[in-house]
Amino acid sequence: MPELISPALIMIMAALAIGPLRGHFRTAIILLAPLLTLWAIWQVPDGVQGTISFLSYSIEPVEGSPLRRLFATVFALMAFVGGLYAFRIAKWYELAAAFAYAAGAIGVSFAGDLITLFVYWELMALFSTVVVWCGGTAASRAAGIRYAILHLLGGIVLKVGIEGLVVSTGSIQITAMLAHDFHSWMILCGILINAAAPPLSAWLADAYPESSSTGSVFLSAFTTKTAVLALILLFPGEPVLIGVGLFMVMYGIIYALLENDIRRILAYSVVNQVGFMVCAVGIGTQMALNGAAAHAFAHIIYKALLFMSAGVVIYRTGKHKCTDLGGLFRTMPLTTVCGIVGALSISSFPLTSGFTTKSLISQAAANQGLVWVYMLLTAASAGVFLHAGIKFPWFVFFQRDSGLRPKDAPWNMALSMLLFAGLCILLGLFPEWLYVLLPYPLDYQPYTLGKVLFYLQLLLFSGLAFFLLLPLMKRTDTVSLDVDWLWRRAGPWLAGTLARSVVVPLQVSAGRFLMACQVYLTQVSVRYLGQAHTDDSEERGLFARSWPIGTTALWIAILLSAYVLIYYI
Amino acid sequence: MKDSETEHFLTRPSTIRGLWWGFSIVLALTVAAQLFIYVKGYFTVDGWFGFGAVFGFFSCVLMVLFAKVLGAVLKRPRQYYEEYRDDA
Repeated sequence: MPELISPALIMIMAALAIGPLRGHFRTAIILLAPLLTLWAIWQVPDGVQGTISFLSYSIEPVEGSPLRRLFATVFALMAFVGGLYAFRIAKWYELAAAFAYAAGAIGVSFAGDLITLFVYWELMALFSTVVVWCGGTAASRAAGIRYAILHLLGGIVLKVGIEGLVVSTGSIQITAMLAHDFHSWMILCGILINAAAPPLSAWLADAYPESSSTGSVFLSAFTTKTAVLALILLFPGEPVLIGVGLFMVMYGIIYALLENDIRRILAYSVVNQVGFMVCAVGIGTQMALNGAAAHAFAHIIYKALLFMSAGVVIYRTGKHKCTDLGGLFRTMPLTTVCGIVGALSISSFPLTSGFTTKSLISQAAANQGLVWVYMLLTAASAGVFLHAGIKFPWFVFFQRDSGLRPKDAPWNMALSMLLFAGLCILLGLFPEWLYVLLPYPLDYQPYTLGKVLFYLQLLLFSGLAFFLLLPLMKRTDTVSLDVDWLWRRAGPWLAGTLARSVVVPLQVSAGRFLMACQVYLTQVSVRYLGQAHTDDSEERGLFARSWPIGTTALWIAILLSAYVLIYYI
Repeated sequence: MKDSETEHFLTRPSTIRGLWWGFSIVLALTVAAQLFIYVKGYFTVDGWFGFGAVFGFFSCVLMVLFAKVLGAVLKRPRQYYEEYRDDA
């Protein structure tokens, strides 16, 4: 039954093989397994590919559709280019974990039922935590634990929702629904936690920048985008998502503007971009869902490109703060150019992939007559150019001369950046290549003179605002408080205060009480059984004496022989 | 390296001045081009002359100012969370 084998299993096998293999064999597995997976993804036909019976549920490990293949394709592509980028400097266990993580994402893409989805969902949570831990610092260990707790919690919320759905409908099918009762709300919340939606957005900017310079490239791609896919499959047209998405869009911009760590800026812009997709799923028309899928595809590529260029900078300089960097364009021209291509794509500059995909979402909002949504998304597009499009390359590669003269990227990192930079531009020049892969038929022309002119005005004047307001955006070496303050500061403080004011006094009084009990019981036993024999040489009552161990052994031997005798008689 | 002869051509004051000029001209052109190119407005206002420019500029100014105000409340020294862990 080969049709039941998910392409994700190829990635799992590769993840298992990375550890034992050495040298060129390991490199071969890292580079070939994602390509093989990519081939397998395109062999999956539409529809459910057979079922397995498990505990009276019919499990559907593989279900194909254009949407599912689209997401799986970009996940496999990401694993290939990420592997190429990382294989020379990343630890083998980081690569193995990243491959298992990618397998989880591909498995979710093809999951035909909610149980399969949940299993692969948890696989992602586990192995993405390992990737965070591979940062190897005390900060990454702590961030990894916070990340794991939150994602396991999200998994439980999702599971409660799935079980509620099974109890009420008896079905584990993945079908479109709206959040109208307890279990559908729980499923929605479980998915939204992975999408970094409010109020729990902080995990993303907390954990991703603490991973290694290669780990963050993998992390940027899978978790949030599988959540977008799950939203498209389960909650298309859920009106709550419009508001949630708009909040994420603005949250990402504002926090990125306050940030000093270069990868944290990019992490906040992940939230911002996923916000566009979540909002599109909320709009829910065919145009909007096409937009969400296309934007997720393009986003994975340019965001990975941005994280790769940041990763090269961190790998070469060991520095990750805007305040320490600047002027790197002199010695890192290739990384600079690739970073700028990624930055222009995320800003949806004409001729890049961001323009041809994000404008689908704006168009969908306009078609539905959602004037506020359209205006806020347009303002956010300008804001993206502000916080990621200019800010990232400006503070890292230009700004002032930091005196750093690092070498440019090693060949494999350069090659992987060039591949993704090329894709960003190709999808910008030939959007129809992506449009034919979208779930719904699409008749849309992104390049009309009016649209291009409108976006040029919007973005270029946003650039003007950046340079005029530069004095206001002086980098400070700070962190910005977020909801995670509750468990990073308020929680420990509350626990500490409780310990000091309640637990410690309780322990003291409990200790006194136990001591008093012990004294009383000793007195009672001495009174009725006599003083212990060892305390002095006086003769005691029969049960208070100590007996030589030999006597006990002798008695046991006698009793056992008696038992054996009686048994045979 | 501060000598204008040895400085990278992108960081020379003359280049930067040139870039500002070039950039300003491009900005003016993108607005002026709307005289000849029809921009379709979905909600009337966004078809007005120079709407994209004004909207882009002022929404960015607003966002930066809002971030500035929020930053005054939310920003903490970088060691904020680590310090607490050491104290505890």
